[in-house]
Amino acid sequence: MSSEKLTFDYSKSKTLQLKLSGDWQLSAGLPSLNEVLAQIDSHLDIIEISFVMAKDFKWDSAFISFLLKLSSISKQKNIQLIVQGLSSQVEKLLKFTPLQAERIIPHKIIEEPFFDRIGSRVIRVKDTLLSVLNFLGDIVLAFKRFVCGKAFFRKDDFFAILQRCGVDALGLVSLISILVGVILAFIGAIQLKMFGAQIYIADIVGIAMVRVMGAIMTAILISGRTGASFAAELGIMQSNEEIDALKTLGVSPAEFLIMPRVLALVIMMPLLTLYADLMGILGGFIISTGVLGLNPVEYFNHTITAVKLSNLWLGLIQSFVFGIIIAIAGCYRGMQCERSSAGVGEATTSAVVTAITGIVIATAIITFICQIIGV
Amino acid sequence: MEAVIEVKDLDLVYDDFVVMRGLNFNVKKGEIFIIMGGSGCGKSTLLKTMIGLKPPQKGKVLYNGLSFWDEDEQARQNIMRRFGVLYQGGALWSSLTLGENVALPLQLYSNLSDLQIQDVVSLKLGLVGLGGYADFYPAELSGGMRKRAGLARAIALDPNIIFFDEPSAGLDPLSAKMLDDLILELRDNLGATIVVVTHELASIFAVGDNAMLLDADTKTAIAQGSPKDLLTNSKDSRVVKFLTRGEKQDAPGANRYSAGGVFVHKEPDNEKSQ
Repeated sequence: MSSEKLTFDYSKSKTLQLKLSGDWQLSAGLPSLNEVLAQIDSHLDIIEISFVMAKDFKWDSAFISFLLKLSSISKQKNIQLIVQGLSSQVEKLLKFTPLQAERIIPHKIIEEPFFDRIGSRVIRVKDTLLSVLNFLGDIVLAFKRFVCGKAFFRKDDFFAILQRCGVDALGLVSLISILVGVILAFIGAIQLKMFGAQIYIADIVGIAMVRVMGAIMTAILISGRTGASFAAELGIMQSNEEIDALKTLGVSPAEFLIMPRVLALVIMMPLLTLYADLMGILGGFIISTGVLGLNPVEYFNHTITAVKLSNLWLGLIQSFVFGIIIAIAGCYRGMQCERSSAGVGEATTSAVVTAITGIVIATAIITFICQIIGV
Repeated sequence: MEAVIEVKDLDLVYDDFVVMRGLNFNVKKGEIFIIMGGSGCGKSTLLKTMIGLKPPQKGKVLYNGLSFWDEDEQARQNIMRRFGVLYQGGALWSSLTLGENVALPLQLYSNLSDLQIQDVVSLKLGLVGLGGYADFYPAELSGGMRKRAGLARAIALDPNIIFFDEPSAGLDPLSAKMLDDLILELRDNLGATIVVVTHELASIFAVGDNAMLLDADTKTAIAQGSPKDLLTNSKDSRVVKFLTRGEKQDAPGANRYSAGGVFVHKEPDNEKSQ
């Protein structure tokens, strides 16, 4: 900032007179306080600082903050600020402005000693495990009441969720599954062409889609689409105290909100997976017959022969498990959401991350079990 | 005294639903102007139109003679930079600390260094009684503190005009009184013109220099004047009813009024004094 706005006068002994001129408003900027400090440091006999305001001097709260800062520094150096040269409006505002308050450190950012931090982490892990178990317990109880016909939830809400998880996702599932089928067909063709065994593309696409790819791709899509929406929806309900309102009404949120979501996804996931399998096979079929020149009937027959019922069951069982994982991850993160917009964002992200991690772990476990039992 | 804000023949609609029509009023420099009315009468819609969030169907809002909605986008932005708005819930950005919330407008529109911005932030937080709370996130504060922090952000750029949307809503009486005192101090010390949208009677009488009562049934402003004058001199029973919380239903010689209700009290012709 230009120091033309601030000049120094030592005509009076032991007094530093600051001559203020020009624009000292927020939009124009301020001279640096260091200029004044340099003057104070170079004239150790100064005991007073006074002010003269030029006619063209324009100011706002930026100038007040400059004065407050100068006053706290002067206080440390035992220098008096003489305010008579300032306009009455400035003096009035200075009186209205409280002294600089000591910074209060929020609890969250107070540094914890190393061992305390480890201890708190362990306690937090234990608390998280307990809360997950509590949450799962609530869901089991809600399902028990549902089976006994005593669960309280709105059927209309359930059907709306069912539609959102299922029918509304068909377009996206179709697109992705067809493309996965196309990719599998092309990858298979590169290798099988060398052996003149391109017809086995039908086997690769069929088995891969039905056994694992259909279920996994659908699960990843649904965790990003539906799982995230569950978390955001419940998170916003949590911030708006809607969930507290349900509790005080004596309605279990697990029964009213979570159970319908889990049920809807558990029903819809196998159906979507079945649909994804068909779309994937269709994608492979289009590429193999249209681009790679395979006989359509032969391709169809090969697919029927290669895909065993056990593959289909395995895919459906996986999709059922994925449905549970996605719904529980979404609902749990939503219910644990902090009451702020940042909390809702965090809940949504962690719902997707938790679901995808769960899906990968579950796939690994299921594959391992299948290997052992020889499916 | 010169009018800083002039509202002329303003019609407000939501889709096809008419909220208000034919609004006319002026706000003078340094005045605290209250827009009052029952819930759902269109106070907040009017505020949205005044602060540039919702264009009117018809009419003008003039700031120092410039017609806000007739100006181009850039000119509108320049006018808006002279406003400060305190929203109903404070509307603080939850991912930023209070200090960062107040600093953001300064980083955008001032020419100060980072250190100087920090000093101005401390000043503004100090002015609203939150000195020292710069490192707190909005979620760590009470409702009243959030509103005061919202006010610190609203006055960050020393606006000429400050709008308050339901400042006392959801606050305890002491916090509401503290905010009312703050409104008066801001007017007296910063010389700001203040527009307050509220239906809290205590605030209306504590801070209002001038007021306007909006009526949802007629979709117009049915009274204008100083709140105390309206209370003592208004002949309109709707005004008296509103300002006395319905304890005094009728002013002497007042027009009784009921629209849309089941019972309509019809005056005999010879009693109609107004």
